[in-house]
Amino acid sequence: MVESIVQVRNLTKRFGSFTAVDGVSFEIRKGEILGLLGPNGAGKTTTIQMLLGLVTPTSGEIKMFGLPLDRHREEILGKVNFSSTYVSMPQALTVEENLWVVARLYGMDRIASRIDDVVKRMEMEEFRTKVTRKLSSGQMTRLALAKAFLTEPQVLFLDEPTASLDPDIADKTRSLIKDIRRTAGLTVLYTSHNMREMEVMSDRIIFLQRGRIVAEGTAEAIKAVHGETDLEEVFLKLARDQSAGVSRP
Amino acid sequence: MKLHRITALLYRHLCLYKRSFPRVLEIIYWPFVDLVIWGFITLYLQQFKEALPNFVVFFLGALILWDVLFRAQQGITISFLEEIWSRNLMNLFASPLTPGEFLAATMTLSVGKVLVVSCVTVLAAFAFYSFNVFVLGLSLIPFVLNLIVVGWCIGVLTTGLIMRYGQEVEVLAWGLVFLFQPISCVFYPMSVLPGWLQAIAQMNPAAHVFEGMRAVIATGVFPTSELVWAVGLNAMYLAALIAWFHLMFAACKEKGLLVRVGE
Repeated sequence: MVESIVQVRNLTKRFGSFTAVDGVSFEIRKGEILGLLGPNGAGKTTTIQMLLGLVTPTSGEIKMFGLPLDRHREEILGKVNFSSTYVSMPQALTVEENLWVVARLYGMDRIASRIDDVVKRMEMEEFRTKVTRKLSSGQMTRLALAKAFLTEPQVLFLDEPTASLDPDIADKTRSLIKDIRRTAGLTVLYTSHNMREMEVMSDRIIFLQRGRIVAEGTAEAIKAVHGETDLEEVFLKLARDQSAGVSRP
Repeated sequence: MKLHRITALLYRHLCLYKRSFPRVLEIIYWPFVDLVIWGFITLYLQQFKEALPNFVVFFLGALILWDVLFRAQQGITISFLEEIWSRNLMNLFASPLTPGEFLAATMTLSVGKVLVVSCVTVLAAFAFYSFNVFVLGLSLIPFVLNLIVVGWCIGVLTTGLIMRYGQEVEVLAWGLVFLFQPISCVFYPMSVLPGWLQAIAQMNPAAHVFEGMRAVIATGVFPTSELVWAVGLNAMYLAALIAWFHLMFAACKEKGLLVRVGE
């Protein structure tokens, strides 16, 4: 049996009277890519923020590598990284300098060769010495991904990682994620509004709506349960259904 | 506490200063302008020196030492604001970096700022007014160290408030320290304050440093009791404020503010 790297039990987050995440439970197995799907405000980002220790859950439990996050934060976060289109990096630093800071934060050794490697893999050679504020949005996204790959994490949280990439780089990024997953057993939690990407990337999908899991399973199984041939149709159906019940194929 | 995470943040800020002329200017320009303006006012007032012997030494010494406190505070608060402005807080606190390490890095950075600013002000004071701050002798060392710690205390307080209440209170980064100036007795002795304010000033370690400085200039005797007060109060405040900052950090994570500050 493949071990669970991420275990989430009854995770709830309330901000005053608003419940952002409501009793969510799931596991991610080693080497698995789990897609987190849902409309804006469904609780995807809050869930990831809780998994990164940036937001404290109101109740519930998060375990990674068998350890509770609240008591083993440093140990766990050293093996985890993330990339989000909504997070930036210091604008006055060059790409290389930013990567150097990240490598030091995570206590990496052989920093120069690791930076060389990730820059090459992400095809960033031409702008590695460029100041971050002068990067295009696509280059910025590649930097955010490079930062996530640089530390060789065992778990990666990717919040719309290919949102501003051109189709070529987006495809290469997806291939890179799958490649690292195959070679290093990388475990990934993935969010995207690109349904085709979600189908291609995810082994399993969790659909969140109003902070609750309303569908869970492989893309094929979810489509079958909802009688649709297209994941986008399932998305629209679930997102517009105010009283959607849980469907677990 | 991991040294590599502290040096990572130091490197990040040194890169920033290396490439940002306005930020370098901020370290050099304002202390220089302050010193020149107040220095000339002091020279003018020197004509009343019979009533106030050592007036220039009192005033310029106070000015240089106040800048130590101010820059130590800025070193912490502005470093935090830099992370907000560059939307980098999530990257930092989703890494293994602890709040304690963050503070340690910003405190180290503030010492660097103080060193640069002190060089500028000391040299300018000497060039324009032939004032040698080293007339304070060895007592200068504990005075400066204590003022750096006062600056750290106000910096931690300001940073905690900005983290909790967001950029709306960003102005505190430049303003809060001046709330402490009247009760720090920088340019006048504590005895000129009304009784109730003297009681408050007694609880301010900076006031003891400036009282001590004046005592050294006036009598040449090192005021041990003032130094003991300053060290004791500083130790108590710094420990309390670091604990408070950690509580604030936890509260911000609870309310989801850490990921929203700067949005």
